[in-house]
Amino acid sequence: MTSLPASTKKKLGLVIDLDTCVGCHACVISCKGWNTENYGAPLSDQDPYGGNPSGTFLNRVHSYEVQPLATSTMPHPAAQLIHFPKSCLHCEDAPCVTVCPTGASYKRVEDGIVLVNESDCIGCGLCAWACPYGAREMDAEEGVMKKCTLCVDRIYNENLPEVDREPACVRTCPAGARHFGDFADPDSNVSRLTAERGGMDLMPEQGTKPVNQYLPPRPKDALDQIDVLAPFLEPVVQEPSGFLGWLDRTLEKI
Amino acid sequence: MHPAPSVIVFTTLSGLGFGLLFWLGIAMPAVTGWSAFAFFVVAYLLAVGGLISSTFHLGHPERALKAFSQWRSSWLSREGWAAVLALVVMGLYGAGLVFLDQRWSLLGWIGAALSLGTVYTTSMIYGQMKTVPRWKTPLTSALYLSFSLAGGALLAGQVSFALILLPLAAVVQVLWWKHGDTALASSGTNLGTATGLARDGAAVRAFEPPHTGTNFLLREFVYVIGRKHAQKLRMIALGLGFVLPVVLLLLPFTHLFGALAVVSHLAGIAASRWLFFAEAEHVVGLYYGKRAA
Repeated sequence: MTSLPASTKKKLGLVIDLDTCVGCHACVISCKGWNTENYGAPLSDQDPYGGNPSGTFLNRVHSYEVQPLATSTMPHPAAQLIHFPKSCLHCEDAPCVTVCPTGASYKRVEDGIVLVNESDCIGCGLCAWACPYGAREMDAEEGVMKKCTLCVDRIYNENLPEVDREPACVRTCPAGARHFGDFADPDSNVSRLTAERGGMDLMPEQGTKPVNQYLPPRPKDALDQIDVLAPFLEPVVQEPSGFLGWLDRTLEKI
Repeated sequence: MHPAPSVIVFTTLSGLGFGLLFWLGIAMPAVTGWSAFAFFVVAYLLAVGGLISSTFHLGHPERALKAFSQWRSSWLSREGWAAVLALVVMGLYGAGLVFLDQRWSLLGWIGAALSLGTVYTTSMIYGQMKTVPRWKTPLTSALYLSFSLAGGALLAGQVSFALILLPLAAVVQVLWWKHGDTALASSGTNLGTATGLARDGAAVRAFEPPHTGTNFLLREFVYVIGRKHAQKLRMIALGLGFVLPVVLLLLPFTHLFGALAVVSHLAGIAASRWLFFAEAEHVVGLYYGKRAA
């Protein structure tokens, strides 16, 4: 049944640290790799080596330019480049689940992971319409909806060494910008990170109650004058003299 | 939103077909025998033809029967049930009229209600989408129902009703456009809330998309239409959909004018439906910097 569970025992999800993400797209690649070789239909590509390549991804990294507002203490704040990985947020009130006509989309009671039963999916695309985050993508080859599974086939997989029992994107992130854990436990790593760093919901006004949290970028250091000798240097002459000066004045008169 | 031809054909034809079934169900016109047969054939061709067309955009149409299972939560599932029930009830009612010369009025009224109910469930598939602010309004249901009733009256030859309902539907259409043009801006969703980066008055700009190529999301949700063309198409939709049919109905009746009024109405509704999808802004476009708001 595609009704949402009233509550889930665990709330597994990710914390994504926008302060430390370096935008390397390693999470995108490891996600594509793992999810192509394991659970469910592979993530296909169309025209991968041609002129108009396109493919299915469960995780994509956007980049945004943020221009802070000028203040009296910071009259000319530098713009920042923020890399922004985006995947399924495993919402508590997931609109993608309730619109599904077949029951293929569901949210697990035991851990809150939102999954698609691919053998029930008719590929109507309505769940992707209902998701404000663009977390679901219809696979052009399989005709079924693909989405982040939170690597459900890794996190409980006893065939893997314990260190690998976390989502592929978290395992691979070289910057430590991704964290996996249970938000229902107030003492978990993700709950503490969220509390300490002011983790935020994306599009809170959509009422989806996302489980995944984003940590805002911290304010950048404001460095003072770096070159200690600079104040002692003579200012460069601003006004041209000699022939150039004459030319400048003459042209000015014309 | 991508204006998929299969969905435009479906909502246009089925809306008209179920509208005609509504009028047949309440015995306007009170036809029996062969003329009833002709009316029902037209209604079923439109309604069923539209429904079949809607399955063309499915990735796995062979599993379509599974879509009847989630009527408790899904409007798409409810639409399936409403359509099948309406077609079965109206089929029985029509069989009585055509073959037995019997009018089972209660069955007709139930069928009429189910027919309108089907149009309502279709409208709610779009009207429930919080992600598309232009659609997320009760006016969307008013739009679908008024089009269906007006078009049905036109097809059923209910001239006096059509002369009231067609202008009424045009008014709903204009109100819907007026609401829709400010819907995204007033929805409260923008690049700032999407990224959480617009803190302390900071300005956020999409700098680089995830990939250089296109993807499913951009194809499906980020259809951008020139405003100038939209205005022209709106005039065409209003002119063909409502003004011309009303003028033709006001002229002395001939079957040619009647047929022209129907064809013109159908073309106008198709143009309106194309705009319904093409102009609709899905909030995921914000992440790609493709929305002005």
